[in-house]
Amino acid sequence: MIKVNNISQLISTKIPIGNWVEFLVNFLINNFSGPLEGFAGIIEWMVNNFEALLSYFHPLVFILIFAILAWGLKNYKLSIFVALGLGLVFNLQMWDPLLTTLASIITSVVVALIIGIPIGIIKAHSKIIDLITRPILDFMQTIPPFVYLIPALMFFGLGTVSGVIATVVFAIAPPIRLTYLGIQQVDDELKEAGHAFGANWWEILMKIELPGAMPSIMMGINQCIMLSLSMVVIAAMIGAGGLGKPVLRSLNVVDIGLGFEAGLGVVIIAMVLDRMFGRE
Amino acid sequence: MGKIEVRNLYKIFGNQPQKALGMIKNGSTKQEVLNKNNSTVGVDDASFEVEEGEIFVIMGLSGSGKSTLIRCVNRLIEPTAGSIKVDGQEVLGFDKKELREFREKEFGMVFQNFALLPHRTVLENAMFGLEIQKVEKQQRIKRSKEALNAVGLDGWEDQYPEQLSGGMQQRVGLARALAVDPEILLMDEPFSALDPLIKKEMQNKLLDLYEEMKRTILFITHDLDEALKLGDRIAIMKEGKIIQIGDHEDILTNATNDYVENFVEDVNRSRVLTAKDIMTQAIALLYPQDGPRTALHKMKNNELGSLFVVNRNKEYKGIIYIEDVVDVINNDDLKFTDIIKDITNADPEDNLKKLFADIADLNVPLPVTNDDNKLLGVIVKTNVLANLASEGKFDQ
Repeated sequence: MIKVNNISQLISTKIPIGNWVEFLVNFLINNFSGPLEGFAGIIEWMVNNFEALLSYFHPLVFILIFAILAWGLKNYKLSIFVALGLGLVFNLQMWDPLLTTLASIITSVVVALIIGIPIGIIKAHSKIIDLITRPILDFMQTIPPFVYLIPALMFFGLGTVSGVIATVVFAIAPPIRLTYLGIQQVDDELKEAGHAFGANWWEILMKIELPGAMPSIMMGINQCIMLSLSMVVIAAMIGAGGLGKPVLRSLNVVDIGLGFEAGLGVVIIAMVLDRMFGRE
Repeated sequence: MGKIEVRNLYKIFGNQPQKALGMIKNGSTKQEVLNKNNSTVGVDDASFEVEEGEIFVIMGLSGSGKSTLIRCVNRLIEPTAGSIKVDGQEVLGFDKKELREFREKEFGMVFQNFALLPHRTVLENAMFGLEIQKVEKQQRIKRSKEALNAVGLDGWEDQYPEQLSGGMQQRVGLARALAVDPEILLMDEPFSALDPLIKKEMQNKLLDLYEEMKRTILFITHDLDEALKLGDRIAIMKEGKIIQIGDHEDILTNATNDYVENFVEDVNRSRVLTAKDIMTQAIALLYPQDGPRTALHKMKNNELGSLFVVNRNKEYKGIIYIEDVVDVINNDDLKFTDIIKDITNADPEDNLKKLFADIADLNVPLPVTNDDNKLLGVIVKTNVLANLASEGKFDQ
């Protein structure tokens, strides 16, 4: 039997999880500032270059390229939709924030895929890694993104880099999970056939597992893009530029019109990317 | 020396295979091992030899360990204990790299569910083994096309597996195995997923190919008919053990225990042909309302000396001979229906021996009728004799 005063003791001695996390974050900042800065540098470089590349074209040329691309990837109907949608964003004078948003999203997705797909592959082959990553992924998918804005801010300061990092953390779970799932679903007999003909692990991965997992991986990429887009406004809270900024500003000054216009920009870019790179 | 020599091979699935192995070797039953050690015995002390250039069939029901055994031979499944020698080389002694090279040059494998890569065309699938062997591309294409031709799939190179029927998919599987020009073909129930007609066709194809190439083939099946058709020698497996090895004669005549006997009895039973198996459709039939002149006309047209008479419902009435028809035409007193004669008729379930007795001194075909007296078909004497002769091969 637990006595009453024991219970009050249980409550009075609070487990200092918060302190531990704080300690861990400070420890990382103090001891790993070099690698962290290097990482931040790479991300900043990527965002800047993507943005430079995107703004190299005149907006109308850009829209034309996207429309043609949409035609090539899907059909002429989508091509018309893309032209009208992006044209509307241009007309609303949201073009520059749109490019900034696009650049940070491309960076986030690229980073998330470069890290996520290999983790998914390893996870599918190693029970231990699978067991370790499972709770981490659950944690990353369920914890409110606002919570890790703070450490991102502490590690990388106010700005686009922090936004990208937060976005990567938020959007990396689907590519990991769906790569893992796709590889798991490849028929064992196919892998067996690979082994029977003397294939090594690399050949089995490249010739059997990845092609077999491709539909699932593509779905993961699509999900990753969509989740990145849903972080646009949240990332703006720690200083990321782009379409999130005007939304946030409109929130502060209760400007319904501005908020709606910027929000519409996010919706349009989300639909364009989803329709162009998703599977129907 | 055999091409493949397997000695005292064990495969135990579970967390403590060595401990379970000790138990089995000390005489514990499989059930005891399962209960005490939570281990399943897949292969239990299997020993056999496959000669160079023979088709060796391992037969057993599902769960008898035959698929596990064939996978032990190329170590897709790691055996727990024992020895496997191919060309005198100990397969269990290979490290990973040696094993891969060994699989590359020695084996071609064909799988029950084909195991074709869905994202690759027929040609690309057939090339798979050569790709792993790093054969140069032109050569790769040439050799896979040859293999596809050999299995009768020329012209299908650019299709995808899902566009092919099961039989054709397995031809691709066979071509993939043949393209690497293996010393040994491992075939794990390759035709079990196919329907009976296609299965027969594929068995014949395999035998044709075998005649041409004379490779060593290790073939797994649960079908004794297939085993007898393909195998030079047959091993019968039950619950992980090989309980008999022998050629057709041994298996069919000296069944070593009830299990084998049951199998064999099953085969003999299915080999007993009955009237319905060998009957054919009558070339022409007469109807009561046909007059004598129509009858004569039908007989002349079909060069027959007699015709069976049925009514509109195919109910059997009897037989009419050409002499009687001529009589009717010449003699106004006779009625057409009077000349219908009765002869012995057979039941569809009658076996060959009875049919033979019935038909021996009959100069016309033997009618086969069912319980409702409907004419199902006719049996010609030569048919009975031919079938009797071929059946004799199986049970002298």
